[in-house]
Amino acid sequence: MQRRQSSKTPKQPLQVHHKNQTDLSAWRKGGRIDPEKSVQDHQSPNDQKNDSKQDSLEQALSYFEKVQDRVSLKKNDVLQKHLTTVETIALQRGLPPEGFDVLLNVALSGKLADTVNTRLLKSLVPASVIPETSVVSSVSWLCVSKCSDNVQLLFLRWLITVFDFIDHKEQLHALYGFFFSFLQDEKMCPYVCHLLYLLTRKESVKPFRIRRLLDLQAKMGMQPHLQALLSLYKLFCPQLVTINLPGKMKTYFKNSEGPWKAAINTVRRRNQENSPVSKPLLLGTAQPQSRKRKWNTQLIIPASSTNKNNLEEDREKNRVDLYSMNESFPVEQLQTFSQLLQNIHHLEFPSQMGSVLTNPLLLHYMNCIKDESIYLRLYYWMGQTLQEECTWCVADNNQYEEEFKDFLETVYKTECFLQEGFSSCEVFLYKSLPLWDGFCCRSQILRLVSWIPLSSFSEMKSHLYDPLAQLFFTSSLYFKCSVLESLKELLQNWLNWHVIHLDSDSDSEVHSLNTTLSGLVNVVAELIHFVGWISTVALRLENNPTFLLYFILDFYETVCDMYLRYNLPLLIMPPAGVFYPALLSMDSVSLNQLCYLMYRYRTNLVAAKENELSKKKILQFKFSSQTYQEYNQYIIAMVGCLWTSSAFQKDVHPQGLRMDDELLKKTTVQEFKTSFNIVYHPAMMGYAVLFLQQAWPDDTTFNFGLIKGKKWNWYLEYLYAQGLKGLKVFIESSINRVSQASHSKAGNVQV
Amino acid sequence: ENVDPQRTAFLLRKQWTLYSVTPLYRFSNARLRDYARLLSAFIAAEKQKGLAVEVGVELDIKVAVSSLPDLKGSDQDQAAILVQLSSRSPASPKNSEEKLIWSGWFCCVSGDDLSENVPEDFTCLPLFLANGAESYTSIVGNWFQKTFDCCFRRLAISPLHLSWMAAMWTGCKVDKTACAMELVFSVPRLPQPLDISYAIHPEDAKALWDTVQKTPGEITQEEVDVFMDCLYSHFHRHFKIHLSATKLVKVSTAIASAHCDGIIKFLQSQYLTGVLMLLTELAISRIQ
Repeated sequence: MQRRQSSKTPKQPLQVHHKNQTDLSAWRKGGRIDPEKSVQDHQSPNDQKNDSKQDSLEQALSYFEKVQDRVSLKKNDVLQKHLTTVETIALQRGLPPEGFDVLLNVALSGKLADTVNTRLLKSLVPASVIPETSVVSSVSWLCVSKCSDNVQLLFLRWLITVFDFIDHKEQLHALYGFFFSFLQDEKMCPYVCHLLYLLTRKESVKPFRIRRLLDLQAKMGMQPHLQALLSLYKLFCPQLVTINLPGKMKTYFKNSEGPWKAAINTVRRRNQENSPVSKPLLLGTAQPQSRKRKWNTQLIIPASSTNKNNLEEDREKNRVDLYSMNESFPVEQLQTFSQLLQNIHHLEFPSQMGSVLTNPLLLHYMNCIKDESIYLRLYYWMGQTLQEECTWCVADNNQYEEEFKDFLETVYKTECFLQEGFSSCEVFLYKSLPLWDGFCCRSQILRLVSWIPLSSFSEMKSHLYDPLAQLFFTSSLYFKCSVLESLKELLQNWLNWHVIHLDSDSDSEVHSLNTTLSGLVNVVAELIHFVGWISTVALRLENNPTFLLYFILDFYETVCDMYLRYNLPLLIMPPAGVFYPALLSMDSVSLNQLCYLMYRYRTNLVAAKENELSKKKILQFKFSSQTYQEYNQYIIAMVGCLWTSSAFQKDVHPQGLRMDDELLKKTTVQEFKTSFNIVYHPAMMGYAVLFLQQAWPDDTTFNFGLIKGKKWNWYLEYLYAQGLKGLKVFIESSINRVSQASHSKAGNVQV
Repeated sequence: ENVDPQRTAFLLRKQWTLYSVTPLYRFSNARLRDYARLLSAFIAAEKQKGLAVEVGVELDIKVAVSSLPDLKGSDQDQAAILVQLSSRSPASPKNSEEKLIWSGWFCCVSGDDLSENVPEDFTCLPLFLANGAESYTSIVGNWFQKTFDCCFRRLAISPLHLSWMAAMWTGCKVDKTACAMELVFSVPRLPQPLDISYAIHPEDAKALWDTVQKTPGEITQEEVDVFMDCLYSHFHRHFKIHLSATKLVKVSTAIASAHCDGIIKFLQSQYLTGVLMLLTELAISRIQ
């Protein structure tokens, strides 16, 4: 048997899902690579208008970069236009990192009127991160007091709200003293306290600062914001802060979330939808709000965070670093593939396995680690989430269909990435398909179907085939085609799985019950028979549309090559209900496709026969003689139909075209004998007409009889040149042309 | 049953909201005190978002995590875990009385179906019951979800299971003169909600059930159907209303009362584990 035959064929089976592999380079964050770009790379292609938006944003930014002093908003349409652009894009998609420098500079420099500055500051919603440098330069503007108090306050509130979005904080920490000096401004004091609270580290706590805070407290009285900062200082350095602070306060800081919080959440949700790469580092303010009343039913894929369950017994040690970990590398810091490679020996999975779905690096890691508990954790989480969020199984869930779609999409992408179906998805599909209307989340559900793992037929029949068939027969043509497409992918995924396991398990004899070769052959055969059955019925129901036929024949393109491409000892011919509609199709595309199929069937059957005859090893599986017989019946019909004009006489298939001459005469069709060959076949006649026009431009009688002898060969060459490659390989392989001169004596080769 | 009634008495006569919970990953019974400490810090952090919280200091809300070894059905069952939140009055932090504000417990009674099939790293406590403000349930639940990678889901009880409970509990012996058995039905698709309450004298109900049940100690779906049909036809004879066309939403007996939304109240400590066994089974059927 040719083991690696599959790799020689032009279409490699394993590349089928290549397009869904997540681009690793896009995962790299920070550094010189612009994270915003990676977000945009993943936006759906139908979002074309993003490009024009991007352009207008760039224009607006370059305008603000160059804007001169004292431009009045009322009189300047250009300013108005660019301001509106910035506002709209900021609220819809957030601003890219490079935008902050420009906008903060202009807003804080006092060049423009305060209304403009305020509007600019209010639209500073980050799409991904905010560069630290832009924040540092704004602080320098703050120090030269070019802007009004209100703008200063607004800037501080903004800084507090977006603190977690700033990409680095080292330089910001270096400015601790500057911020501290702003404390003396009474209006700014509460916000500065809050900011310092966020910035304070142990080394920031200095005796002179404590004194200053105590002085301020003496001057302004017991202010909650001052107490908050003092209590934090006391937490870090209890020996330095000796005063008694009153018990717990309800709120230390005024709500400084301002106008940004809601916009940030919206933008973040939107960007997360568009990108398979989540931003696991965004914590705190960026946490999406619970949208549903029930606390445990939010469809949020958890962020990757280190498993904190490894806490130490020693309480004193815990005081030093709150949750001390072992030597393991924190998943939050895992950003690049090289980091993954360097730390793979001491990496630990995040505390919630569900977070791997949006983290390609962890998925790579998951691929390397074969640990049952990983899959089990994922199984429980995914199973529960799918059941709880299913929009047609749970009442009142239908308003969240979009979110559920996104979730299913993420699950599907993960399956493509891992090249493996999740058993929790399988269980979910089996439970929910009988209740499915075939409409809700259609493409997502059908794509998940294509990743159902191999299992025993009895299960597949009652759980998958029966509910699917019911929907299939009662739904639109488009739905039928989608089902056929996903069943083709299901078949390909099974076959790929088989090929991979042929290689990896070649030494070991260990197979679970349903993955033995005979088990696999049976399950695959059942799938193909199922598709044959629904295809036959669908062609009748829909009256043989070419569109449907295309999807059906596409399925059989995988089937006809299973022996050579996937090394599976199984070939199944399409049922007559598929073969004859394709053969008699009015469309050359279907006929050409059928020709290609028959050529591949022939190649596979000949190869199988040769293997059988050479008997190098005792074959466990042989194709039944019935397969050969069916193939031969079909080939006779085809040759009769396309070449020898003898379809009505020679077809021996019980459901075939054979008809008595008496009956044919009653149809009153003249020359019924020649009415099916490559000239007269309804799918080919169009070509014949064009050929006649080119060969005999003056002849307007359309005398098809002229195409014979040498012209017949020219006509063939003409057809091949028109792209009928399937016809070409079929005629060249299956029709034995006795002599190039005479076409009428051509016969067919039977295998 | 071998439960010391004293030690589980506090679970009785309270409304518990039911959840199913997937197996806890790397949960250790030996570290309950640590968990209490971390959970209390987590609660404090959740309550004052964005502010630093020190682990282990005295906080407004005290968390106790303890084990309830009595609540077990089989040897394979994990001991139940009780989580209690109590508040200290801020006025006098020392020595003041602690007030229980929320409690919840995980348990597994005869959950062998699940625990037999799960690797060592996992702890099976598929049933969670909570009493107190939902905001605390949310915080505690989230902490468990984050720390032990598990999933909480509200456990609703279907009308089918409610009718099972009605039949099973009718057959149970109760020492004192018991209160009436009450079934509440809700009529669907009406402009205004309409509930029908159907109260039956417990002895009458028991007499009916005894005629229906063929083998003592064994109940079949058929018997439950017959029992309910008898009650329905009796009701129809008097009020000309077909209860079979309505939805059974609540069952109250002397043993316990259960609501279809997944709320239960235990009334008899001797039948506590029996009821929990049934609920464990329901929870497991949802997570497998």
